[in-house]
Amino acid sequence: MKTTALNAGPVSSAAEPEKDSRKGESKKTSRINRFMVSPSVLVLALWMVIPLSMTIYFSLIRYNLLYPGDNEFVGLENFQFFVTDFGFMAGMSNTLLLVGAVLLITVVLGVLISLLINQAFWGQGIVRILLISPFFIMPTVNALIWKNLLLHPVSGVFAAIWKFFGATPIDWFSEFPLFSIIMIVSWQWLPFAILLLMTALQSLDQEQQEAARLDGAGPWALFFHLTLPHLARPIAVVVMIETIFLLSIFAEIFTTTGGGPGYETTNLAYLIYSQALLQFDVGLASAGGLIAVVLANIAAFFLVRLIGKSLTEKQ
Amino acid sequence: MLSLKQRRSLNTLLMGVLAWGVALAIFFPIFWMLLTSFKTEIDAFATPPQLFFSPTLENYTLVNERSDYLHFAWNSVVVSFGSTIIGMMLAVPAAYSMAFFETKRTKGTLLWMLSTKMLPPVGVLVPIYLLFKDTGLLDTKTGLVIIYTLINLPIMIWMAYTYFKEIPKEVLEAARMDGSTLFQEIWRVLLPMSKGGLAATVLLSLILSWNEAFWSLNLTASEAAPLTALIASYSSPEGLFWAKLSAVSTLACAPILIFGWISQKQLVRGLSFGAVK
Repeated sequence: MKTTALNAGPVSSAAEPEKDSRKGESKKTSRINRFMVSPSVLVLALWMVIPLSMTIYFSLIRYNLLYPGDNEFVGLENFQFFVTDFGFMAGMSNTLLLVGAVLLITVVLGVLISLLINQAFWGQGIVRILLISPFFIMPTVNALIWKNLLLHPVSGVFAAIWKFFGATPIDWFSEFPLFSIIMIVSWQWLPFAILLLMTALQSLDQEQQEAARLDGAGPWALFFHLTLPHLARPIAVVVMIETIFLLSIFAEIFTTTGGGPGYETTNLAYLIYSQALLQFDVGLASAGGLIAVVLANIAAFFLVRLIGKSLTEKQ
Repeated sequence: MLSLKQRRSLNTLLMGVLAWGVALAIFFPIFWMLLTSFKTEIDAFATPPQLFFSPTLENYTLVNERSDYLHFAWNSVVVSFGSTIIGMMLAVPAAYSMAFFETKRTKGTLLWMLSTKMLPPVGVLVPIYLLFKDTGLLDTKTGLVIIYTLINLPIMIWMAYTYFKEIPKEVLEAARMDGSTLFQEIWRVLLPMSKGGLAATVLLSLILSWNEAFWSLNLTASEAAPLTALIASYSSPEGLFWAKLSAVSTLACAPILIFGWISQKQLVRGLSFGAVK
């Protein structure tokens, strides 16, 4: 961006007559812009405005598909019901635990693994391909493979490993339900962190590293003063994108625990789903949906603040 | 005593071994799924799990027995390609005009598009479900195509935008000086120059649509259900079915896994909205 601005400066001042044709061009530019960008803007605006305003409307009326009738205005009653429901606190804390734990696991392991594979060794290409593979597995497959083939308390691979070491196999989904979900989701998202961080590491200044090493910097100093600052932006991006997706984790819960036992693996997304499509309470589910939107926006506000600027400012 | 050089090469060797160990551990669930798909149901459920067994192809030949696999696979194909084609038709012009005819509003528009991704799907699940019910779009491929196009559009625009940004403006201006129309300029100059990037954009959209599992589980029943929903139907316990589950899962994941491997380097850009290259 900066370079084009610098180049444009002297050119336009040196060649005054060109300005007129530029003006004509800018009219054309705005016409082209309107013509080509507006379809996308329009559909995205509709996609946001129509359903969201419907959600707001539904959240303020009594509306249950099982009891059709007059949908009277009830004010904030739905919100009150949703927030005081026993599932709400569970849903909130599970959502935060799930997002927080998965972020922590994927970022820490992601940094370590991408550092590990960032040096030349035999079969580097294959190792990379193996490492990023889980990202391309569909969530329902991921959940069922883990639930049945790996974590099954009798015939699962983990049970066999536990038995091999003389320990009693763990019934993961009933003893540690939320942890099991965290494990599954982390496995799926770790490759995303590795993929981004690995790419970022390739642009690390090798000469600077070498110079620091010659100056007697140890591996820890190198990591904390050169590598980690270089990774700050990609880590921020990983956190932002993962947060967007992790706030709405659904399929992994739907196919393994169904939110149970009790509310132990119910996150906000699953809670709203069960209220809407299992109990048919549209009003209540809409109130929950709005709360989810507000939460996501609070998270997004800070995250976009953090990196939104650097996204559009190209180096 | 080892010399410095020897110590370094020993170090590299150890790091390599460690890297392979980590990679194999992370890949293990996929490997195990593939292996199980060649077992009989009895071997698949054996305790302890069998690493060596006499392989069989019967799960693949029986894939259609439990449910019409091809029906679900076809739905996945139609929905992924349909939403990708429509998405590209919307995204390429938008990205082109924002990359080459930048105005004061361009950055704001781009960020706003990104922000539509922040809207959690559960926030609009109820109205979309009811709208689809009223308009007869529930459990139709058309309905899913519409949803997938909308949820992937911001990512596609961002990705195409970052690729277009790398093409020097002068090249396009030269084509315009030679009297090319807007359409010729895009078709003959822009598209050939950004082939790789646009191919990656297409692949990313295909991957995301193929694996999408919130809307497909909530908006489809049987008629339009894609593979994600078929696999989810295996979650109900009904005796020995692990080998069949593995076979169906392998078939469902293999094409996307291969797409992912091919395009891994380019995908980074789309997945990070152009922030990491």
